[in-house]
Amino acid sequence: MDTKKILAIIAAIAKKIEAEKDFLTQLDNEIGDGDHGINLARGFKSVEEKLSTFADKDIGAILKGVGTQLVSTVGGASGPLYGTAFMKAGNVCKGKTELTDAEFAAALEAAINGVKMRGKAVEGEKTMLDALCPAYKALKDGLDAGKNLVDALSDGVDAAANGVEYTKTIIATKGRASYLKERSLGHQDPGATSSLFMLQTMLEVLREA
Amino acid sequence: MKKLINSIDAVEEQMILGLVKSAPDKLCKLDCGNVVVRAQKKSADKVALVSGGGSGHEPAHGGFVGKGMLDCAVAGAVFTSPTPDKIFEGIKAVATDAGVLCIVKNYTGDVLNFEMAIDMAADEDIKVDHVVVNDDVAVQDSLYTTGRRGVAGTILVHKIAGAKAEEGASLEEVKAVAEKVIANVRTMGMAISPCTVPAAGKPGFELAEDEMEIGIGIHGEPGTHREKISSADEIAKSLLDKILADIDYKNQEVVVMVNGMGATPLMELYIINNFVQDYLKAAGVKVYDTMVGNFMTSIEMAGFSLTLLRLDDELKKLYDAAADTPALKR
Repeated sequence: MDTKKILAIIAAIAKKIEAEKDFLTQLDNEIGDGDHGINLARGFKSVEEKLSTFADKDIGAILKGVGTQLVSTVGGASGPLYGTAFMKAGNVCKGKTELTDAEFAAALEAAINGVKMRGKAVEGEKTMLDALCPAYKALKDGLDAGKNLVDALSDGVDAAANGVEYTKTIIATKGRASYLKERSLGHQDPGATSSLFMLQTMLEVLREA
Repeated sequence: MKKLINSIDAVEEQMILGLVKSAPDKLCKLDCGNVVVRAQKKSADKVALVSGGGSGHEPAHGGFVGKGMLDCAVAGAVFTSPTPDKIFEGIKAVATDAGVLCIVKNYTGDVLNFEMAIDMAADEDIKVDHVVVNDDVAVQDSLYTTGRRGVAGTILVHKIAGAKAEEGASLEEVKAVAEKVIANVRTMGMAISPCTVPAAGKPGFELAEDEMEIGIGIHGEPGTHREKISSADEIAKSLLDKILADIDYKNQEVVVMVNGMGATPLMELYIINNFVQDYLKAAGVKVYDTMVGNFMTSIEMAGFSLTLLRLDDELKKLYDAAADTPALKR
C-alpha cells in the first residue's frame, strides 16, 4: 500500500459518501437528528478539494490532513469522531510512504481506538464501532492466517456488513438514539453504515489495483 | 419559511457582526470565524472563560461576553456545535497565565468538539480545563446526548464563574464554583410552537393548535411527551414540581429564571412568574432574585423554561457581583 493508493482510497470515499448522502441522512432522520449524510458529505467534499495539496506528503501526513479537515468542516458528533480516527491512523503511519499489510491493520486499529477514546464508547451500543470493530478483527484474523490484504479486507467488509445488520437488532444505550429506547429497534445505525461504506470503498480500490 | 434574514449561508456571521456592532467598544469578532471576544483582554492573572455552541440560542452565548461573565463565545452553525479549530482560536485569543475554563452544554456534539479543542490547546501548553452543564431535569437521555442536557442554567454558570474569575481566583477555584452551580441548578422547559432551522426550512416538529410539547431541549428536538394545552399556571406548576422533586429547595434561597424560548411575549412570561413566585412561597422556597426574559432561546420557538438555582453565601455574593455584557448588566 503506497501513497498513491491511499490518495485514491480517500478520493473514492469522498465520491461514495456524496453518492450515499441522502441515504445516510434518511437513516439519521429515523433515529437521530437527520444530518449525518449532509455533514459528512460537506466534510469529504472539502477533503477532496484539498487532496491535490497532499500529493507530495507521506501517508501519515495525508491521513492527519484528512482528519484535520474533517474535524474543521463536519461539525456535530461525527466530525470529531471520524476526524480523530483519521488523525490517529496518521500518527502510526508517520513518515511512511509505504505500508505493509500489518501496518495497514495497525492503522485501522489506531483509528478504531481513537473513536472509542473520543466517543467514550464500546461495541454493542449501536454506533460506528459495531461495523469497525468486527471488520478489524476479521481483517487481522485473515492476515494472521496468511491471507493477502484484499482477501482479508474482504472478510472485514463482510463482518462490517453483519455488524450493520446487528445494529438493527439492538436498542441504543448511548447518545442520541438512546432517547428513543425501543423505538430505535429495527433501524440500522447511520454511523455504522457510513463506516461500512468507507471499508467497502477501500476494498474496491484495492481490488482495482 | 418566513424569516428576517438575507441568505441562509449568512445567518450566523451577520448575527455575530450585528451583536458586535451593538457594543463596538466592548466586543470584537475574530477574523477566523464567528468567535466573539472582549475588546479589552483581561489581565494575565485572571482566568478567562470560554463558552459556545450552535447559533439560534441568542442572546446565548455571545451576548454574555463582557466584564464579569465570559471572555469568549464561539458560535457554530444554527443548532450545530462549532468545530474544534474555531474553539481553539477562541481559547488562544483569550488565554491568560491563570488559565482558561470552558463552559460546555451537555450535548454530544458540543462535548466532543470542545474536548478536541481543549486537547489542541493543552498541546500548546495553554492551561485549560472545562465543565459540562447538565441542568435539564426533563430527560435523562435525550436525542442529542447521554445524560441530562445543558440548557438555560448555563447562563447562571457564566454569571457566577465569571464573577469568581474577575476576583482573581485560580483556575481550580473557578472550576470548583462552576461545578457548585451545576450541582445546584435545575431547569425544565416546554413549547407551544416549534422553531425552524433556516437551512432545514421546516419546523423540527409539529404541534396541533391545542397541543403542547413538555420537556423540550433547546434545538427544536422533541420533548418527553405531548399533552393537551392547559393554563399557564397549570403548566408552570407541572414544570416546577419536576424541578422541586429533583433536589430539595425547601427553606433554601434560590434564583429563579423564567426564560422565554424566543417567541414568547414578556406578557406571558410575567403571567408565569406571577404563579411561580406564589407557588414557591407556599412551598417554603425563598426567592433571592428573579430573572424574567429571553436568555437561552431556541430561535422562534414559543414556550418557556423555568430554572432554579440553590444559593449559599458564596454563590449569592458572586451572583450579585458586577457584570457588563450586552444581555446582562448588574
